Amino acid sequence: MNNVPLIHILFVSTALFFIGVYGFFTRRNLITMLMSVELILNSVNINFVAFNKYLHPENHDGLFFSFFIIAIAAAEAAVAIAIIINLYRSHRSIDVEDANELKL
Amino acid sequence: MINSGNIAFYLVSTFLLTFGLMAVTTRKIFRAAIWLLFSLIGVASLYFLMDLQFLAAVQIIVYIGGIVVLIIFSIFLTQHSGEDLPKALVSRKIISMVMCVLGLGLIGKVLVENKFEASKVVFDSELKTIGNKMLSIGPDGYALQFELVSILLLAAMIGCIVIALKKSPEQS
Repeated sequence: MNNVPLIHILFVSTALFFIGVYGFFTRRNLITMLMSVELILNSVNINFVAFNKYLHPENHDGLFFSFFIIAIAAAEAAVAIAIIINLYRSHRSIDVEDANELKL
Repeated sequence: MINSGNIAFYLVSTFLLTFGLMAVTTRKIFRAAIWLLFSLIGVASLYFLMDLQFLAAVQIIVYIGGIVVLIIFSIFLTQHSGEDLPKALVSRKIISMVMCVLGLGLIGKVLVENKFEASKVVFDSELKTIGNKMLSIGPDGYALQFELVSILLLAAMIGCIVIALKKSPEQS
């Protein structure tokens, strides 16, 4: 693994990012949109650790960014799912097209 | 150069990209969650290949053990998982595909034009170093961020309970 060029890892993370973006644009269901966001966050994490490991191995900034991004992603997913469940209770649907008002 | 580590890297990348693509294109929502799970396992094995064992462990515990399970629970609560999701509009699919390919091409061009010089220093991924830095208050320490994240997690937990709390009938 140590002689895989950095650019190949960056290509993998870019591809994963755009897969997530594609899902975010085409999906209209809140849970699947949340899944796409998780893919995007993962691609960002890969980028951070790859740059850290290959270009600045004397520091640990990228690694710690990844830890904190994972923690924030967990909090974000929990809050998003609470909102989705609440939305389902009031609208009986979690399609973004049905959720077109801010207040009941 | 071809050796087992390189081959493992390309296999893992194909694995995670294929399952990521399946997760965003399948029309069965439960399968989408399972393909997402496999894709996240692929990312974790990528971290293992990069010698970042602690990050890989965190990825498995938080993403696979936490977020995917949460997503599956919310699918059970809100969806009839036997039914297909409605089809996306063809025009929307084409536009997003064109935008994603263009973006991929643009970023790929920038990446190819940049000459990344890999550093010769060996990356210290030992758990001891990571633990010391995580809780140190010195110039290289991350104690403040650590505390901020713990406050954020507490706030998120309280927020979730308040949002998802079932309102009693007389209130609503």
